[in-house]
Amino acid sequence: MNVVVLTKWVPEPEGTPTIGDDGLLVRDGADGALDPGDEYGLEAALQLVETAGEGEVTLISMGPEVAHAALQRGLAMGAHKGVRITDDGLRGADALVTAKVLAAAIQMQEFDLVIGGVESTDGYTGTVPAAIAELLGIPSLTFARGFHVSDDTITIERQTAAGYDSVISPLPAVVTVTSGATEPRYPSLKGVMAAKSKPVETLAVSDLGLSAEDVAATQTVTSVSDAPPKQGGAVVEFDETTPARIADLLAEAKVI
Amino acid sequence: MTKVWVWADVTPDGPAPSALELLTKARDLGDDVAAVALGPGAKDAASALGEHGASTVFASDDEVFANHLAQPPTAALAGLVEEHAPDLILFPSSYEARDVAGRLQIRTGSTLMANATDVLDAEHARTEILGGTKIVDVELKGPSPKLVLVRPQSFAPEPSGGTADVVEVLADVPNELKTAERMERHEEAASGPRLESAKVVVAGGRGLGGPDAFAQLDQLAAAIGNAAVGASRAAVDAGWVPYSYQIGQTGKTVKPEVYVCAGISGALQHMVGMKGAKRIVAITKDPDAPILQIADLGVVGDLFQVVPALTEEIEKRRTGS
Repeated sequence: MNVVVLTKWVPEPEGTPTIGDDGLLVRDGADGALDPGDEYGLEAALQLVETAGEGEVTLISMGPEVAHAALQRGLAMGAHKGVRITDDGLRGADALVTAKVLAAAIQMQEFDLVIGGVESTDGYTGTVPAAIAELLGIPSLTFARGFHVSDDTITIERQTAAGYDSVISPLPAVVTVTSGATEPRYPSLKGVMAAKSKPVETLAVSDLGLSAEDVAATQTVTSVSDAPPKQGGAVVEFDETTPARIADLLAEAKVI
Repeated sequence: MTKVWVWADVTPDGPAPSALELLTKARDLGDDVAAVALGPGAKDAASALGEHGASTVFASDDEVFANHLAQPPTAALAGLVEEHAPDLILFPSSYEARDVAGRLQIRTGSTLMANATDVLDAEHARTEILGGTKIVDVELKGPSPKLVLVRPQSFAPEPSGGTADVVEVLADVPNELKTAERMERHEEAASGPRLESAKVVVAGGRGLGGPDAFAQLDQLAAAIGNAAVGASRAAVDAGWVPYSYQIGQTGKTVKPEVYVCAGISGALQHMVGMKGAKRIVAITKDPDAPILQIADLGVVGDLFQVVPALTEEIEKRRTGS
């Protein structure tokens, strides 16, 4: 059982990101981490390989050099090796470019399954895994909140607005795992030490057989402006008059 | 002539609200508006789609489009795109539509923009980032059709009074695309009004500390009446309530008359889903919580005191005692 896990470095999720003059998120030199949304899928991959008793978990990440931190975290959790695609030509890469680059890197690996998060915590696009599946010519099973692999098939519980669907598919396939689907393990000290000696391959766009034209962004930011701020109202400490005050607001809105 | 298409999510119960929202916008953007509806219920939905601005509905009721994920509808849509060459396709931000748009992009080589909050013309769309504090305008380049995934409730649906011609879409899907298959659908019990349409939403977050505290929010919602209970991602990820409760970027977008939240600090990812509420009441023990900056009334205190006291006050007013 060989599993590729898509991992993304994102600016510190609890922090306030900075937007550069070009309208793009500032990534170089920023504090960041492995996207918390990726850890659930990585945990799923580790469990599947452990259950199978053979195979490897390979992390693939596209990003600037700081993205190395995300790979290190994943390797410390237990992934076997990493691939990082770093190239100045990928600055401002959109969903199409990202899918092409990741699919090309995946094709250089042996895999039964590609696992990703449902969407990234910084971009929230959520279409890249399906696009990768289309490029690879394999099924995509998105929004898995539970999963089970047996022989050559995978069955997932696919989250829906009303509940969930049971979906079955042959392997290989691309699966996206929802937040909360697994309980990501915390890297042990031993894991952190071992991660430092695990192999990480660094690739440029040309190493993937793609041209500069293939990875040219198909959309550009034309302007970034401040949204009109919503005016906050009163902030009060709770006391015995507060319930009536909230109820007055509800009555004013004619909902009670 | 600008051809604008809308991807319409349909079920045997009718078209999704998003289809009517997007068609209303599509009328402003193009002079030739069509909808694509695939799966059981598609043809019955055509009259509502026509009423909201589609002059053509490309439709198939075939179950193959509902029983298999993503690949069959993508193949059918790609065939229609090749034949009719639309300039722009608007998709809702639904589970199905995201997969279809992501796959179609590879077939057409088109650009794709997600999370749009407005579409300016066939080559420009707008989004909000950082919890809605920044507005970003994006130019869409490269081959047509441009693909834009629009956030829920970005436009108010308005009927145009039109009617649509229904064009049958052939369901000759090759077997190799009938892979991921839906075996069963499970509906989780939900009571009360739907989150998306409730007049009042009562939501809880990490500050609730566990699943049991949601009972207090249920009681508050029951006292208010016509109120739905929701949650932040933190509470859902912790497993306290099902995903169907989730409000935010990942989850539902709500625009109630009043939004009452307890134990929610106001992460950007949550605010995107509720900042459209007419009035916001935030109960939190953290005086620095970002949610207080957008609340019409912020209450700093212990939610386990505030919520029952509020419930009692509302019940008292209702019974006039």
